[in-house]
Amino acid sequence: MKSLLPVLSVLGAILLLWVVAVVPMNMHLTADQAQRQDIAVSPDTPAARQELSGIGLALRNPQLFGMTYTLDRPRLPSPHQVAVEMWETVALKKITSRRSLVYHGWVTLSATLLGFVIGTGLGILLAVGIVYNRAMDMSVMPWAIASQTIPILALAPMIIVMLGSIGIQGLFPKAVISAYLSFFPVVVGMVKGLRRPDAMQLDLLRTYHASAAQGFWKLRLPASVPYLFASLKIGISASLVGAIVAELPTGARAGFGARMLVGDQYGQPLVTWAALFAAAITAAALVGLFSILERWTLRRMGMQAA
Amino acid sequence: MTGPAIISALLVWSVGWFVNTRLANSRSAHSRAVQLLVPAIFGLTLLIMWELLVRMLEVSPIILPPPTMIASRFAGELPILWADFEQTIIKGALTGYIVGMLAAFGVAVLADRSDFLTRGILPVGGFMAALPIVGTAPIFVRWLGSDWQSKAAVVAVMVFFPILVNAVAGLRDTSAMQRDLMRTYGAGYWPTLFKLRLPAAMPFIFNGLKIATTLALIGAIVAEFFGSPTVGMGFRISTSVGQLALDMVWAEIVVAALAGSAFYGTMAWIEGRVTFWHPSQRKSQK
Repeated sequence: MKSLLPVLSVLGAILLLWVVAVVPMNMHLTADQAQRQDIAVSPDTPAARQELSGIGLALRNPQLFGMTYTLDRPRLPSPHQVAVEMWETVALKKITSRRSLVYHGWVTLSATLLGFVIGTGLGILLAVGIVYNRAMDMSVMPWAIASQTIPILALAPMIIVMLGSIGIQGLFPKAVISAYLSFFPVVVGMVKGLRRPDAMQLDLLRTYHASAAQGFWKLRLPASVPYLFASLKIGISASLVGAIVAELPTGARAGFGARMLVGDQYGQPLVTWAALFAAAITAAALVGLFSILERWTLRRMGMQAA
Repeated sequence: MTGPAIISALLVWSVGWFVNTRLANSRSAHSRAVQLLVPAIFGLTLLIMWELLVRMLEVSPIILPPPTMIASRFAGELPILWADFEQTIIKGALTGYIVGMLAAFGVAVLADRSDFLTRGILPVGGFMAALPIVGTAPIFVRWLGSDWQSKAAVVAVMVFFPILVNAVAGLRDTSAMQRDLMRTYGAGYWPTLFKLRLPAAMPFIFNGLKIATTLALIGAIVAEFFGSPTVGMGFRISTSVGQLALDMVWAEIVVAALAGSAFYGTMAWIEGRVTFWHPSQRKSQK
């Protein structure tokens, strides 16, 4: 609560910067439009206006400030335009409509979640294997770490085409990319977490004559929970980015990525901006959900976040 | 052909795995050579299995080209790959990385002067770092044209937040005792910043810089999917996918992987030089 006011001020400053930037960014478009409507603009030829920067043109034409906020196809939409577009496409359209952002959001979200579940599950299994098998540790771990320095996302278009040419389309190829992106953070985090118990704790279990399975379920797994949540939060946002990017180069017809592309190609910036913000809000909600789960679980277990 | 193919692949796997198990459990398992050898054998095993399965099952190269085909394509198209590398990595990713980094440092030092700003920027920056910022690519391509400037802008925004958050957190990471010591020396704000707080922040800053290397490459490549001149890694990947020239796509991915590892490795090397005093950098004594 102590940081509520600072956070709000930072957000307010960003919003203010955005609102101010709208004027020079849209000035050239506005001036052209104003001239068509016979409003006096200085200078009065488009060529002369191109010579000036957005700020310069704005200073010469203060009467046009209001118009920059109401363009149909602005270069930089103002916050209220994005908000109105989002309200119209989220709340006022039926969710089955192709113009509803909820519909597109669900298309992306379902691929994200499916991929995230697959990637996390496989990641935890591999981490267990690595912790209990030396050969696996030495063979796989360097690759798992190295793979985090590689732009895996570049693989996305190829995976879609590869799976498409053997007849798999729709949700699953996107989920594969999401799974792939969430997989490695979970492996690396879980290996760290499962190795958390120190020699003293492991020795204590040995004096209890605990079996390997008991050692895993009662010591290693609980000890890894803070690390698990830290990786889950990284993994879920990586999964969402993966699903969005998977929609981009492949001509997908639905999903946030498809919406951004449609808005871009048909010159409807508001569509792109609304999809972008909807994707950001979805990401924030997912990460927030895991933060709440994390706090609740760790408090029940009497632990602290990693 | 399915039977023999699978049997031979399994054979290769068991040989590789047998060797690795022996090596990992041998007495020299802690030596540097074995620690490099084991993952190398593992990688090689996978490559041989890939090659065998693709050749023996006669998988179409449109679905999955064998590694040798990718390697020959890589060797044959070096000039194109180099041009793409220059366009995407040097012009797009590296420029954006440097701009984003400098901007983040600037904001971090400014924010650091006020506790109020720090408390506001840390949560907001951490939140922004988790968002799919790569989605801003179409907007920047529209604003700045399809050449490398728009890619550099996407990269700069993507790397800005992780570096900012780490830098701000790092600058706070000195104890009251250390700051008091500087005060007893009569050091003002700037000497304290340069001699105590910046060095103390370096491990954090490099953590952010290392995370940002991968982001920079992702941003530069993905932004090219939205529009680019007829050169660049993202452009080549998307057009080659369209022409079903998957060996070229794989060759570009090899370039991306090499560039990513080299970029990360460089930052890790510089980190080792700058923060040699930090416990995580000390050589463990056995």
